[in-house]
Amino acid sequence: MSKQIGIEVSLAVAEAVGLCDVDVVAAYPITPQTHIVEHLSELVADGHLDAEFVPVESEHSAMSACIGSSAAGARTFTSTCSQGYALMSELCYIASALRLPIVMAVANRALSAPINIWNDHADLMYARDTGWIQLISESGQEAVDMSILGFRIGEDKRVLLPVQVNLDGFTLSHFIEPLTIPDAADIKKFLPPYKPALRLDPDNPATLGPVGMPDIYTEARKAQDEALKASKPIIAEIFKEFGKQFGRHYNLVESYKAEDAETIIVIMGSIAQTAMTAVDHLRSQGKKVGIVRLRVFRPFPGAELFNAIKGAKNLVILDRVKSFGGGEISGPVALEIKSVLYDKQHHPKVGNFLVGLGGRDVTVQNFEEMVERVASAKIGDLPAYEFINVRE
Amino acid sequence: MAKETGIKSWKELNLGIAITTPGNAAELKTGDWRSMRPVTDREKCTKCGQCYIYCPDMVYSKDAEGYFPQDYYWCKGCGICAKECPVDAITMIQEVD
Repeated sequence: MSKQIGIEVSLAVAEAVGLCDVDVVAAYPITPQTHIVEHLSELVADGHLDAEFVPVESEHSAMSACIGSSAAGARTFTSTCSQGYALMSELCYIASALRLPIVMAVANRALSAPINIWNDHADLMYARDTGWIQLISESGQEAVDMSILGFRIGEDKRVLLPVQVNLDGFTLSHFIEPLTIPDAADIKKFLPPYKPALRLDPDNPATLGPVGMPDIYTEARKAQDEALKASKPIIAEIFKEFGKQFGRHYNLVESYKAEDAETIIVIMGSIAQTAMTAVDHLRSQGKKVGIVRLRVFRPFPGAELFNAIKGAKNLVILDRVKSFGGGEISGPVALEIKSVLYDKQHHPKVGNFLVGLGGRDVTVQNFEEMVERVASAKIGDLPAYEFINVRE
Repeated sequence: MAKETGIKSWKELNLGIAITTPGNAAELKTGDWRSMRPVTDREKCTKCGQCYIYCPDMVYSKDAEGYFPQDYYWCKGCGICAKECPVDAITMIQEVD
């Protein structure tokens, strides 16, 4: 029987990973991911989890060890964020190209400089083009469930890709919430033992990660791109299956009071909870406002997103990282959505706001101001993007 | 041709472009890379076999007469054989086609 307990989200993620019968954990501690890794090492050291815990000397080594263990056929987990992610990033491209279903929890944190340990989506977007599936949690419960789903999705024979489970650093990772940690037997039912399609095996020798010269590299990239795109309906299918078994239902794109909304806030991660408070308040004043939240950023659910926002006249798109340079370039979430709209010949007013950088608070009032700004603007008056709460 | 060069459609690639047939590098036609071709002058050749020893690939092998003819399937045209030949019997000539 699964039970609801008060527990720090990081510890709950570690418990869930343990219940997934993980074989190898190779990770290096970095704030605010530390408690996930610490708790997994405790579970192994205390004999509660029969797994290899590899205390590597860096994140680069962590992902290297994960690639090796996953290639050998072991269910593999790691966790990092920010500078740690940056250090391991060259290996992340390799994990996806070799089609290894490693699961990595990222307690999202800003990138230096200036050095900053607090939450934004710099590491999430740094990982955008690495070929991993990116799941994004809004709450502690979602972080727990996405961790379990990560293994199930990544290991599906039709997918075979690594999965990044994003949870906002501190605002999720360090909060104590009432959380339901599924029962081990139920997880076992949902998540069958990992049977790799291809692995390092002395009896059946294979070369994983050979050189790919100009005459094969393009085909390799095409195959990888097709695999990631093809994972989208499978992720949705597995979400449904999870919902049937555990009663918590997830979609690629989530909506909150968006059906009849004239203004829609498009958002990712835990600050959607603040946005909901703002939407409730604005709705009580008769304003038709809603929220559309991306649960999956890669593969990008363009069609699902369009369906969710197509009725809106105004879009308030939030980005939590600055993509530097360019002329009229906006944040990565807004860029993605604008390109979907261009293809659909649908052009609502779009306001793109950079919020919550390096742990800066985003308040209910901020949301109300952003909604008002876009709703009252004349077409063509909104800048490509704006920093919110920046001191002039 | 596909087997000789390793050229495949993206749909035919193994998962993660893994190589599942050990030793199949021998099938890879590295001769395609060549811009210069080694040619042996048998008047000068002393059949010493230095070309066979120094060739980093599998281009040279001894024939019935004791000469070491080239198999251009693998020859990348690196020129090591021509450099090492003690009697300068091997000349690198431009590939013209």
